[in-house]
Amino acid sequence: MKAKVSVTLKRGILDPQGQAVLHALGSLGYRGVKDVRMGKLLELELAANDRAGAEAEVKAMCERLLANTIIEDYRIELVD
Amino acid sequence: MADTPYRIGVLVFPGSNCDRDCHHAVTQVMGATAEFIWHKEAALPPLDAVIIPGGFSYGDYLRTGAIARFSPVMAAVTSFAEAGGLVLGICNGFQILLEAGLLPGAMLRNQSLSFICRDIHVRVENTGTLFTGRCKPGQVLTLPIAHGEGNYYTDQSALSKLKAKNQVVFRYCTKEGAVTPEANPNGSLDHIAGITNAAGNVLGLMPHPERSAEALLGHEDGRLILLSLLDSITRGRVSAKPVLAS
Repeated sequence: MKAKVSVTLKRGILDPQGQAVLHALGSLGYRGVKDVRMGKLLELELAANDRAGAEAEVKAMCERLLANTIIEDYRIELVD
Repeated sequence: MADTPYRIGVLVFPGSNCDRDCHHAVTQVMGATAEFIWHKEAALPPLDAVIIPGGFSYGDYLRTGAIARFSPVMAAVTSFAEAGGLVLGICNGFQILLEAGLLPGAMLRNQSLSFICRDIHVRVENTGTLFTGRCKPGQVLTLPIAHGEGNYYTDQSALSKLKAKNQVVFRYCTKEGAVTPEANPNGSLDHIAGITNAAGNVLGLMPHPERSAEALLGHEDGRLILLSLLDSITRGRVSAKPVLAS
């Protein structure tokens, strides 16, 4: 099983990288982009087959290491 | 122990690059014994203080300080700090202390997205700490910074607590001591450049006092922080002396 974990800055926290990309897109003529948030994607290969157990474990990994929940949100997606 | 030389541990992680500067400052400026402590050590020798130096521990992978905070030595440093031991985290050391939860908050990328390496000014907001006793209230220090992630952030309730307990020790300011947006190099919340924990025995700051503690290096203001720490060690040793029956 694979877990895809995406980590992004919380809403309300200025994301200067996202803003820089937004401005670059604007200068290329893509005026329809309202906002850009940049983040990280972590792909974890898991030995586990138990979905609920895997989800709980990856959540614990996010809380302890993969994300800093003071500034970041995370989203877990399990792929069989 | 009161008469043995002062002994200060300087942690070394893979990617630390200010460890030798700190070693030099401890021996040459503070006149104490400095001991490098490799991050794999699970226990600390008897120490009067711990310095977590600047650098790029673990290449800043994931987040600055995020991997280093799980090095074995950090469990020992946490116990040391919880027992009241003096801990000074400089730059990456500050970032590690935040990730370890020994100080509240987190670091974001500098608002400009640039790595900033230059002299800045900070105002001393609290001279009652174990690290600022030699400073005058409101004194402006000139210190160098060199970081890409020094944009301090915490939520409003944590910020209120920091302010209520006078834990904000240094704020970025102009040469004259005015705290203005222009004088804030990295976008730090409330212009914060350095904070202590609630107990006051752990200080984290982004500027480098060890790089500005000798006239030869252009500035000596960092000396005030290092010598304040030395005073605190002396006071702690004196008060820890056994009282002899008369």
